[in-house]
Amino acid sequence: MEQTIHLRVNGEDREVTVRPRRLLVDLLRYDLGLTGTKEGCSVGVCGACTVLLNGKNVASCIMPAVFADGAEITTIEGLAEDGKLHPLQQAFIDYGGFQCGICTPGQIMAAKALLDTNPHPSEDEIKEWMMGNLCRCTGYYKILDSIKAAAGSQP
Amino acid sequence: MIDFDYQAPAQLDEALALLQQHGDDARVIAGGTALVIMMKQRLVQPQLLVSLRRIPELEQVRADNGTLHLGATATHRAVETSPIVRDRWPLLAETYRHVATVRIRNMATVGGGVVHGDPNQDPPPALIALDAKARLRSASGEREVPLQSFFLDYYETDVQPGEVLTEIVVPEQPRDAGWSWVKFLPRTADDYATVSVACLLSLENGSNRCREARIALGSAATTPVRADAAENALRGQELTPERLREAAQLVAGQVDPISDFRGSSDYKRDMAVVWTRRALEQALQRAKGSA
Repeated sequence: MEQTIHLRVNGEDREVTVRPRRLLVDLLRYDLGLTGTKEGCSVGVCGACTVLLNGKNVASCIMPAVFADGAEITTIEGLAEDGKLHPLQQAFIDYGGFQCGICTPGQIMAAKALLDTNPHPSEDEIKEWMMGNLCRCTGYYKILDSIKAAAGSQP
Repeated sequence: MIDFDYQAPAQLDEALALLQQHGDDARVIAGGTALVIMMKQRLVQPQLLVSLRRIPELEQVRADNGTLHLGATATHRAVETSPIVRDRWPLLAETYRHVATVRIRNMATVGGGVVHGDPNQDPPPALIALDAKARLRSASGEREVPLQSFFLDYYETDVQPGEVLTEIVVPEQPRDAGWSWVKFLPRTADDYATVSVACLLSLENGSNRCREARIALGSAATTPVRADAAENALRGQELTPERLREAAQLVAGQVDPISDFRGSSDYKRDMAVVWTRRALEQALQRAKGSA
């Protein structure tokens, strides 16, 4: 029943033994202690649980952890380097891209997936990409400003 | 979710053998975006999940002599961003691009979306308008089913126990045909449609006379709906605005929408007529543009 899976999380090789019903969000939070990733709606709609699987943004709340066997996972904890925040993290602070903060790890991981494939997106491209990440404080304009700033364009 | 076993064989034959061996206790999983939610809700409680995720040949999107092969585990995002799909099957690129959100399109697969049998899925009407077929394999053989007859009822398809959908085969999208895909979304952009319409229209050379019309609707009944009465009313006819309006009106007699929080059955029937007319108008514009 239990399976041992091997994955690379934020650049570190990990071996974890899980039941197949373990979801990726729970593996990250409870087995690895990476509580930066949040669970919101639990059905893939709100975006709070967004992490990168082999560079692509996915919903970890509806993904069995066994899907990540052999994969590379990046979470919000993996963005800062040598104590220096990632440009997206810094921009969210500088431009007030969050209020309560619960959607923020998902917002930033989704934005990272966007900028990794499209470094200078237009405003419409940002809006279309980010529409799947909900902010119930509704600070969407600040989020838009933060992403534009991180992409090096005028917010 | 209740406990279950998980196996991810590297060969399709192994997956088919597992399905034969475990029968109704097993379920196939690919992207998991539909099945995992149904398992969380305990609507489905399989003892074994047979994953197709480690079978590389099922993941391909390729064109071969003008025919498109969409592998069962190709993601929606892979179809949407495929240069060959964008260039030669623009109706499909446009449809897959509007399913849910990027995050879900990175996970949800072509095969999973079809075998799910949810009449609110966006791709089936577009695939039906293009005369696509589903290729099914089991331990005992292979068969092809036109998508038009694949959907039997609400969440019910023609897939038999032990069968796996391996690919969707799509004939060429006629180059001279105008196409359109419209989705009525009164709530949010990532929602299922209140009604959606896929449409292809081709004209007799240099005229405004319809040679071929294909129309299919989503979210308009317990299965996708091919609007053949409307198609028949257009073939061979001059495509005046009145003709499009009359043909669209015939859709009202072919749909049988489910009342839900996206609208009552009557409202969706009215909207099916309105959005079919809009889809026809768009397709006609494109058909004239390509002539």
